[in-house]
Order: sequence, then C-alpha cells, then structure tokens
Amino acid sequence: MRLALPQSRRALLLVAVLAALLLLLGYVALRTGPLAPVKVTVAEVDERAITPALFGIGTVEARYTHRIGPTAPGRVASLAVDVGDSVEAGQVLAVIDPIDLDERIAAASGSAGRSAALEQAAASQVADASARLALARSEAARSEELFRDGWLTRAALDQRRQALAAAEAGLAAAEANQAAAAQDRGRTGAELAALQEQKANLRLIAPRAGLVVRRLAEPGTTVVAGQAIVEIVDPAELWINARFDQTRAGGITAGLPARIVLRSRIDTPLRGVVLRVEPVADAVTEELLAKVTFDTSDGLPPIGELAEVTVGLPARGRTLAVPNAAVHRVGGEVGAWTLRNGDLEFVTLRLGAEDADGWIQVLDGLARGDQVILHSAQPLTASSRITVVDQLP
Amino acid sequence: MISLAGRDILHGWGKFVLTGVGLGLLIGVTLSMAGVYRGMIDDAQALLDNSGADLWVVQKDTLGPYAEPSSLNEDTERPIRAMAGVDRAAGVTYLTMQIAHQGKDVRVMVVGAEFAQPGEPGQPPHLIAGRRIVQAHYEAVADVKTGFAIGDQVKVRRNTFRIVGLTSRMVSSGGDPMLFLSLKDAQEAQFEKDSDAIVRQRARTASSPVLNPPGNPAVLEAVNAAQAGSTNVNAVLVTVAAGSDPDAVAAAIRRWQRVTVYTRAQMEEILVDKMIANSARQIGMFLVILAIVSAAIVAFIIYTMTIGKIREIAVLKLIGTRNRTIAGMILQQALGLGLIGFAVGKIAASFWAPFFPKYVLLLPADSVRGFLAVMAICALASLLAIHAALKVDPAEAIGG
Repeated sequence: MRLALPQSRRALLLVAVLAALLLLLGYVALRTGPLAPVKVTVAEVDERAITPALFGIGTVEARYTHRIGPTAPGRVASLAVDVGDSVEAGQVLAVIDPIDLDERIAAASGSAGRSAALEQAAASQVADASARLALARSEAARSEELFRDGWLTRAALDQRRQALAAAEAGLAAAEANQAAAAQDRGRTGAELAALQEQKANLRLIAPRAGLVVRRLAEPGTTVVAGQAIVEIVDPAELWINARFDQTRAGGITAGLPARIVLRSRIDTPLRGVVLRVEPVADAVTEELLAKVTFDTSDGLPPIGELAEVTVGLPARGRTLAVPNAAVHRVGGEVGAWTLRNGDLEFVTLRLGAEDADGWIQVLDGLARGDQVILHSAQPLTASSRITVVDQLP
Repeated sequence: MISLAGRDILHGWGKFVLTGVGLGLLIGVTLSMAGVYRGMIDDAQALLDNSGADLWVVQKDTLGPYAEPSSLNEDTERPIRAMAGVDRAAGVTYLTMQIAHQGKDVRVMVVGAEFAQPGEPGQPPHLIAGRRIVQAHYEAVADVKTGFAIGDQVKVRRNTFRIVGLTSRMVSSGGDPMLFLSLKDAQEAQFEKDSDAIVRQRARTASSPVLNPPGNPAVLEAVNAAQAGSTNVNAVLVTVAAGSDPDAVAAAIRRWQRVTVYTRAQMEEILVDKMIANSARQIGMFLVILAIVSAAIVAFIIYTMTIGKIREIAVLKLIGTRNRTIAGMILQQALGLGLIGFAVGKIAASFWAPFFPKYVLLLPADSVRGFLAVMAICALASLLAIHAALKVDPAEAIGG
C-alpha cells in the first residue's frame, strides 16, 4: 500500500498508528512464541564445603523382643499382666491351665510313698535274713566241733551246713529285694519331680525386666506350642531399623551421627548414632539396612513408628560445586551448559558427592568463576537463543 | 500520480482503522483457535519429549502407560539394561490424581522417576527454580502450572512432600501439570491403599478360615505381609545408545523380554492419533468453521465499505476516471484492511494466549499461513466489490 506523503495531521496520526502496530507486531513475533529467546538464570561456579548426607526411612524397633508362650499346647488359665505393664525378671506373666496335672502329681506322690514303704519292708527282711544267717553260722560252727569230737553224726552235720547255705541265700535274696525297692523309690520320686517341673513350666515367667507391649491371647484361649502369649521388650534398648537407597548409600559406616525425625514429633528431631550397617541388604527393595540407636529418655516412641533418618557423612573440604539443577544429560554425557563469551556450550563434567541442599561436587570440567546456566524456561540446545534474567518464572 | 486509496483512507481514517481493529480481533480469535489446536498436539509431544525416552517398554499387549493402564515388575529394567544398543533404562510410574492444596483441589499427574543420577529418563529435563530431588523420600518437583511454590508442603495419599524445585511445560496429554516424586514414593502413592482399606482387608483375611486356619496363627501374618507393598512400575523408559537403531533395539526387547515396546513414532501415533484425536478433531472442525466465517465477514466488510462509497465512485466515473484506477483503489484498501487486521489479530492472540488455562502454541508457520490466507481472502472479497463498483452507472452521481 502506498501512502500519500504526510501532508496533514491526519496522515501523521495514521502513520503513527501504523508504525505502533508494526512495532508491536515485530515485538510479538520475535519475543513470544517459539521464536522467543529462552529465559535463563546463571550461577557462578564457586568453592564451597560439601557435607553429604544420606536420607533414609525406617521404623522404631526393639532391640530385644521376648515372645513368651508355653512349650506345650494348652489353655490359658490366667494372665497377670496387661500391655504397658512393667515387669521384673522372674515375675509370673501367665499361667496355663494344668487340667489333670495336680491329680497326676497326687497319684505320683502316692506311689512314691508306697515305694518308700516297700523299701522299708525290704530292709526289715534283710535284717531278718541277717539274723537267720548269724544263727545258722553259729549252729554250723558248733556242729563242726561236735562232729570232730565224734559227738554228732555226719547226717546231722550235713543238715546244719545246709541250713547255713539256705540262710546265706536268704540274705542275698533280701538284699536284692532291698536294692529293687530302692530303685523303685528313685523312679517314682523322679516321676513326681517331673510332674512338678511340668507344673512349674505352665507358669510363664518374665526372662528379664521389661515392658509388656503385646498381649496376644486372653484367658480361655487354647494356644499351640510355641505361640506367643505376651511380648516383652526392653524400653531402654530401642533402635531404628533404617533403610537407605543403595545408589546413594556409599560411605555409611557405624558411628556416624544421625538426625532422627519421628513422624509424631516432626518438630523435635532426635540425635542418634549408626550402630551397625547390616551385612545383608534387602535385595527386593534395593536398600541398605542399618541400625540407628537413639536416646529414648524423653518418652518412648511407639514401636513400629515411621522415622526419617538423616545420616551426616564426613564433610569434604572446600571444593568446586554447582547446584544440581544445572546438571543435565545431553547425548549420553553428564554435564552443564556454560556461558562463554555469551555463547552456550555444553561441558562434560565429572561429579562427586552431593549434599542435602542439592550442591554437587565438581571434580573436573569447570573452573572457578565459570558461568553455568542454572534454570531455564525450556530445555536448552546448543543453538538456543537465550536472555539472562535474575529470576524465573 | 496521487494515490486514490490513500486519499480515501485519510478522508475517513478513524473508521478505516477501527474496522481494521475489529477485523483483527476476529482474526485473533481464529489464530488463537489454531493455537489451541497446536497446543493440544504439543502437550502430547511435550509428554514424550520430556520423558527423554527413545523406547517405552510396557505390559504385554497394552497401549500403556499414557493411553491404558500398564503394570510391570520394577526389575524388568535390569535385563533390558543389559541388552545391546540400550543406553539407559529406568522404571517410571504415572498416576493422575487430585491434590488438596491451600483449600483448592489441584489435578496433577504424579510421576515417579529414578532420581539417583541426573538425566535418567523420566526426570524433568529442565528446572525454572529450585533444585532436583536429592533425598530418596518426601521431596517433589512440580510443574509451575500446579501453582505450588518452593517450600510448599503437599500431601499425596499418606505422605507429605516438600516442593524443592519447579519446572515448566511438564504436562500430561490431558494438560494436567506433573508432580515428580522419587520412584519409591510414587509407587507407594499408586499401589498402597489407605489405612482404612488396609484395616478392612486385614479383617477380611482374618475371617477367612483358609487364610487364617485355626491352630496356625503364623499363616495370617504371612498372608497380610504378602498383601502389603508392591514394586511395580507402569513402564520402563529406555534410551538407545548412540548409533543404534531404535527399531532394532525395540524388536530385540520385544522378542527376548516378551513385553510390548513402542518407539517414539508409535507412541506419538498412540497419543496424537488415538488419545487426543477426537478432541483435536473437534477443535479442528471449529477452526475450519471459524476460518470460513471470518473470511465471509471480511468479504462482507469490504463489500459494504465499497457500496457505502458508491456515490463517490459514480462521481469518479463521471469525471472520467479509468476503471483500473477505481479497481486499484478498492484492492489497495482491502489489502490495507487485511494488513491492519492481521497485525492486530496476531498481537491480540499473542497477548491473550498466556491466559488460557491450557497451552496455546502460536506457530510462526501458522502465522505466515494465516497472513497469506487473510491477504487472499481480502483480494477475493475486493473482486466482488470491484465488480459492484464497475457496474455502477455514472448517472447515479447526479440522479437518484
């Protein structure tokens, strides 16, 4: 369109309006939409101390859990404790119904008494046999003398000798009887003791002082051998069974300090220490397991409560570092976009440890004072046009 | 020679400019509609671009993970990683859900990705603020469209997450902004039931004599443990090593791992041609009608503008002006109107595009096409007006 020369005010106005339109059009064509330069923010590479930290989650667990139950099937007769009770070592926790055990003990003690009486009878028989033997012996000695002097017939002597042999045999028999009675008494006594022991075993005793955390059966319940009725833990010995992602868990060892946040007490973190790193990791979840002890003096957390554990690894000295937002993977290489003389350039980096605030140690690839692209409004390519701004969005 | 068109425009320049602006707003609407259509397709492309993957490994015979549910064991990635031509492989989960935030519900797509290494497939490729996820749990990166700010705490299912970074243009194919979590957290959000459901499930298990046989209390505990937790992912994203043919790698994975694998082209087909096909066609249809209506309105405006000047044209003819001069005047005016209209439309569309709730993409190529169309329509419309002007009887200037 050809315009007449601006001879009048109207023409000037029209030209002004058209010029403004043209300018705006140029602006929107070049500054918005796909042709607009990508807005980026820039960070300067500098040295800083990296304190890597490991973050894991775990549950509060008791170090020792005693599951107490009977060794034989039975019915729970009574329970002496409830959840939350503190118990002493040796305290009776529960009693299993003895059923006929008392009667069997009475029977056994009856037969033990009978065995004792029988033993006594056997002893009397031995005494009797000994007396008979003594008499037979003296009669036999006297008959020998009389026979030697000719006062007694051989037939009479033989009779005396036979009586002596019979008395000796009688004593041996009585003594054997006594030994048998003694054995029998021992057996019945042992039987009685066994039944009494069994009865004692029906009383479930606390093996050590602790806190009752679970009561798994009520009186009247029939339980199988080995089934726990009461669980006791030592409240002084709680730990956290923490899990750490294997890919980041390098460097975790026993003795490192840990910060523990219990889910119910988010505002009051606890201090703890890594007690040990388990030699066996969880192959399914791909996590390392570690036990972290902590101070339970200000209140016992519920066992099984979720806890966040942050383990502080030894600090590395001051080193070159970049924020992890600046690190990208381009064409299979990890690196960062740098700004050199106003041009974008992708620099491959060798990276080290990363701390909890997202700073990554740069081992190789950047120098102090280099400018790296931190945030960008779009993914960058080598041919991106950029404008540096202070803040996005 | 003086410009007849210029003279005429100067004569009623206010009217001329205002007509152009009105026309421009109409063109702006048409351009925006084209932008909405392009934006829809770009949303689907952005989903694929931002996942950073060359191949998508999904449950056998599904169209997952975007178009259909798909579930794979997490360790599916191991054997894939070991295959020739595969550079990286990482599991990923997608779950569209509603999150309550500061009294409002925000619809987001929760993405679980591996965050141990920078640049694993599935991670957001760029951030506009904050940092990447460092902790293995309870940190999140959100798309800026969610309205979340850095430091905000958002609750996803059972856990609270802290926003540590913001990204942009990370949307699902439906335009829902994404919320990135670590893979384990996202698995928990996706597969773990709420507490009530778990308690009810336990009660259900306990009441079954098969799962809770009398005299063997250990079975119930084992069954409950087996029901809790899952290590599934929705898809495994694979990047192909430089120099390898994605189709060949996909065929190898398909053959030896017995899973379904999609290449970028196939995934694009699923997303663009299958998922958003109907809504995109709807918008496309509307765009066509709008373009036709706009063309008709432009033609009518130019025609009525000429008819309004019919007496002056008759005078011109009376004083012996050549037909060519009159036709040139009408054509020049029409094209001028078109130019102003296009400029106003383009400017208006660019300014209101960011306020649309979904992405509006104004492609320069679309603008050029729009410009040519506007010029063509103006020229065609002026033919109609020229025909009317040339037919006018010079006698009308003094008569009727």
